[in-house]
Parts: sequence; structure tokens; C-alpha cells
Amino acid sequence: MGFIQTVLSGKSERMPRKLGPEQMSPDRGLDDTIKRLTPERIESTIKRVMEKETAGRLRVYLDTCVHCGLCSNACHTYLSRDKDPEFSPVAKVKNTLWEMVKRKGKVDAEFIKNAARIAFTECGACRRCSMYCPFGIDIAYLILVVRRVCNLLGVVPAYLQDTTNSHAATSNQMWVQRDEWIDTLQWQEEDAQGVIAKARIPLEKEGADIMYSVIAPEPKILAQLINYMAQIMTIAGLDWTMPATDGWDNSNMAMYSGDFETMGRVERQHYETALRLKVKRIVMGECGHAFRGAVYDGPKWLTWKNPPIPMVHAVDFYYDLITSGRIKIVNKFKEPITVQDPCNIVRGLGLGQKLRYIMNALCEDFRDVSPRFEHNYCCMAGGGVINCGPPWKKSRMLSIKVKADQLAATGAKVIVTPCHNCHSGIEDIIKYYKLGMHTKFICEILVDAMEIPQHLKA
Amino acid sequence: MYEFATGPLVWVAFILFFGGCGWRLFRMFSMAKKDKVVYPYMSLKHGLLSIAHWIVPFGSTNMRMRPVFTIVTFAFHLCLLLSPIFLMAHNVLLRRAWGFSFWTLPPVLADVMTVVVILACAFFVARRVRAPEVKYVTSWSDYVLVALVATPFLTGFLAYHQWLSYRTVVTLHIWAGAIMLVAIPFTRLSHMLFFVFTRAYMGSECGAVRHAKDW
Repeated sequence: MGFIQTVLSGKSERMPRKLGPEQMSPDRGLDDTIKRLTPERIESTIKRVMEKETAGRLRVYLDTCVHCGLCSNACHTYLSRDKDPEFSPVAKVKNTLWEMVKRKGKVDAEFIKNAARIAFTECGACRRCSMYCPFGIDIAYLILVVRRVCNLLGVVPAYLQDTTNSHAATSNQMWVQRDEWIDTLQWQEEDAQGVIAKARIPLEKEGADIMYSVIAPEPKILAQLINYMAQIMTIAGLDWTMPATDGWDNSNMAMYSGDFETMGRVERQHYETALRLKVKRIVMGECGHAFRGAVYDGPKWLTWKNPPIPMVHAVDFYYDLITSGRIKIVNKFKEPITVQDPCNIVRGLGLGQKLRYIMNALCEDFRDVSPRFEHNYCCMAGGGVINCGPPWKKSRMLSIKVKADQLAATGAKVIVTPCHNCHSGIEDIIKYYKLGMHTKFICEILVDAMEIPQHLKA
Repeated sequence: MYEFATGPLVWVAFILFFGGCGWRLFRMFSMAKKDKVVYPYMSLKHGLLSIAHWIVPFGSTNMRMRPVFTIVTFAFHLCLLLSPIFLMAHNVLLRRAWGFSFWTLPPVLADVMTVVVILACAFFVARRVRAPEVKYVTSWSDYVLVALVATPFLTGFLAYHQWLSYRTVVTLHIWAGAIMLVAIPFTRLSHMLFFVFTRAYMGSECGAVRHAKDW
């Protein structure tokens, strides 16, 4: 009887049920914006994305998926929420894209709101699931297509939309004004000189080897990281510069809000700034999504196969500094410590081995995580999820219990997070699940561990 | 009915099967051109590496996490592909019609392989009914697809053992086989065509562009 019922009631689980606060929160970015939608606008927008902005991959992925559910075990939201089938990657596609395609865009405003909730707040676009799908279907890409539809309809969580507005209006993610940027750099230069007398942050130096770029939250709330890098650059004796103009921010939340026009503008401006300064390469701070935006999603949208100037992630950069002997480690970190493999630089750039080399070089008691490397669990903060803001924090925490368990099992006291989203997300996890741990960036440990030659000391 | 099934129907089925497959692949190749990343990212080496890891049993992490499913699905696909092509009865027909035939499977082995396909189909149905994550994304079409695949093997098994009216069963068998063949390019059974390409693309994007493994 159960079987017959299942066969006959294919639609029984398709109706959206009433959602509690653990999944749905008041958000004017969704609640108010859907009131402006008309059936015609929804239909034409979905058709535009399906016909004009997507092609082979989307069609073939939809025709190839055999609904096997093998992607489920890949997803931290599914694993964290007691294997609730609604949270498996394929279920998220079923409740969004399948319906949009099947109904040829004839879905209502409430459906769009639900789709936005799923795509923006229940998937971190970490791409772990594409490693578990037998066909290699890029499920995160499908979710980003849903986000694109929502964005074109103006239905985006308000906090996330605010960061995109900031990118569009100020060329950086955090409404940092031009004078504040230069001020912050000079302030950090002075702080760095408190440790290393000759530390400098050279601005606008044309023809330098390296342009160093950061994400906007650094000058806004974590300015000390810039002075740490100034110390590292000085000790390593490198020829570097930072821009004093717009184009200094390498972050790109527009990539995650589905505003690809702004995403493209942000990346173009970043590279044009580096080209104007005639540098040989850009070194970027410890951030994952910024790397993804700068090297993959941005160039894809701009139809560049590769960025015009090499983009070097901080982990790669530190690895070179340590292995080449430019930085010598004399004071290793002593407490038990573990590491987070950020999706966009481990699954997205294969830096897992180099990250471990750095951990072992800098720390006495490194305790690895399991699963690790490409198979590490997402932090549930990246992909724009943490940027959806306080209304969605409860849901985000419930979706990431598996990460809390994984970190607790290491017995470490400190977690190194070479990505800003991981850093903030894991800090939240630590507090919510009372893990009694702390997060650190690599540069925080590196400045304490490296040798400062006597003649450079302040 | 029997005459139609063994004559024109077979021709229609093969024309629709090969024509449909050709059409779907042509559409895929032309649509992939519009997708800015597919051709630039494709890498023969990384595509093949990914395919190799996913066509060898237990070659990927997910397969190792699900040993029962892995064994069933590999046995199923292997038997599904090999037994119809190398079945003695099919090759006798082939020789009679076109004067050539392939190497043939011992009848007992072919019989066992047929049973494996049928049991695997039952396993897939049971999984759709019982596993919550599969049930949630299952619709009636998923059961139809399993039935489309199971029926030619079930009728073939009955025909071989001549348990029911042979002529009726064998006619049903030919119809079921024809329907399954035609369904391959036009339903989600088309994963048979697309598997190597979706896999190769993900392998290429992961290996050549992202320097990571996708298995």
C-alpha cells in the first residue's frame, strides 16, 4: 500500500508547507519585493534566464539527473538537519529550478520567495555535491541560476542586496569612502612601524612587482590584518604596492546575489587598477570567495578564459615565502590547532597540501580535520549566506551542526581559517555550539612566528 | 502482431534510437558552444581521469560510502549493456538477417545476468519507496523509467524459459525492447549518452581549472 501511495501521490510533497523560524525569517528583501511581482514579469524573467543566459550545461544537467539522491550525503545542511530530505542538493533543485522549467515560468510570487530562501540561505554554493553526483552535475551552478532569476526579479535578502548596492555605488563591499581607505592604510602603516621600524605600505607605486588587494571588511573591521601583511612584505623584502583609488577591493558579493553585471564591473575595475599600476601579479589576502570571483566567475562573465594578471592567493603566497626562506620561522604556535579548508581555495584551487605545509611549519601541535581537503565540510557562511544577515543566523546555525561536530572532534583550541567567510562563520559556530575555540587567520600566527632581523626591529 | 514486431517495428525502433541519439548529441554540442566555459575548459586528460574514477567500482568517495548501492548499480549497468548484445538468441537473429554475429554469452550466464537486471530494478524501486532522500525527489516518471528498463528483461526471461505463451511473450518482449530503445534519447535514460560528457566537463573544470579532484 505504501508503494502504491508513493507512486500515485507524486505531488504530495510538492506543496510548500508552513515554515517555522528555523527556516523562514522576516526579510524585507523577500517579503516586500515579492509584492511588486506580476505573473508576466516572473514568466518573462525565467524565460530570459533559461533561453538567453543559460545553454548546454543547464539543459543537459536537467535531462541527465536521474533523481538518485546520491548527492545528499555531500551536503552539510542535509547532514546537519537530521538528514531531512528537503535539504538534499537535488531537493533544492527540485523545489526551485525543476518547477520553474516544468511550469515554463508560470510560478507565483510566493514560489519565488521560497526559491530565494532555498537558493540564498540554504546553499553555500560550496560545490561539494558535484563531487558526489555520479554524473558530475554542477548543482551549485543550478542554484546560482535560481539566484540569478531572483536577482532579476529584485527578490534578494536585504542584507545581501545592501552589499551589492555598496559594490555598485562605492566600488567596495562595505561603503568605505575614498578618504577612509587611504586613512586606514596610513594608520596601519604606523601600527606596523611600531613593530618593524622600516615597514611601509607603498601607495600607487607604478611598476611594483606585487599589488596587494584585500576585501572591504579588512579596512572596515579587521584593519590590523593590513599591518600584519605590511610586516610580512617588509621582512620578505618584496617590491609591493596598494592602490589609493577605487579598485582596491577584491571581494565580490554581487557574484552571490546574482547581479552579474555588477560582478563583472567589480572584477574589471580590480584588474584595470592592477594594469594601471603595471604590476606583475596581484597577491590577495586570506579570502576564498574573492579568489573565485576574480579567477572564475568574474572572468567567465567577462568572457575571459583567464585573468589578465596572475592572481595569487595568500596561502600560495605564504607557502612560497616559507619554502624560499624569505621568511624564517623561529617561534612556532604552541596550542593545539586545526584548520578549515575553504571551499573556494581547496575545492577551487587545490591549495589543501600547501595549507598543511604552512600549518606544520608554523605550529607545533597541528591536528587535522576529517573529512579534509576537497571533502571538507562547508562553513555555511560563504556563498553569500552569512551576508544574508541576522534574520537568517538561526537557520544558518542549524544548517551547520556537522561542522561543529567535526571541529570539536579535533580537540584543538584554535582554528585557522584562511578565508574571511569561513572566519566569521566559524566564529558564529563556536559561539552557538559553545565549542570554546577561537579562529585565527594565518597572518596572525605568521607575524608572531617569523624571525624579525635585528636591524629591522623598531 | 508478431510479424509487425519482428519486421517494421525493429527498423522504426533502431532508426528512432540512433537518429534520436544523434540529434540529442548534436543539440548538446551546439548548445555547449553558447555556454562560454564548456569548450575552453575541456581537458582530455582531466576528463578521462574523472571518467576513469567513476566507471571503476569504488573509484570515488561516494561509492565507497555506499557499498551496497555501488555493487548493485555496477552489476545492473554491466548486465544491462552486455546481455542483450551478446545474447545467443539475438545473435542468431542477427546472423540470419545480416550474415554476421558477435561472440555470444553462455546461456546460463546470460540468464543470470537477466535476473540481475530485474532484481536491480526491484532494488531501485524499493530504494525510491523507502529511502527518504530518494522518495522526496521521486515522481511517477521515475517508476515508469524503471519499468521501461525492466520489462524487456522480464519478458525476455519468460520467453527464454517458455513459461507462458511463447509467441505472446516474445511479441511483448520485442515491443518492450523497442520502446526502451526509443526512450533512451528522449527521456532521462539519456544519461547513457550524456554521462561521459557531463563527467568529462566536471573533471576538466575541477582538474584543469580548479586543480582539485572530483572523486
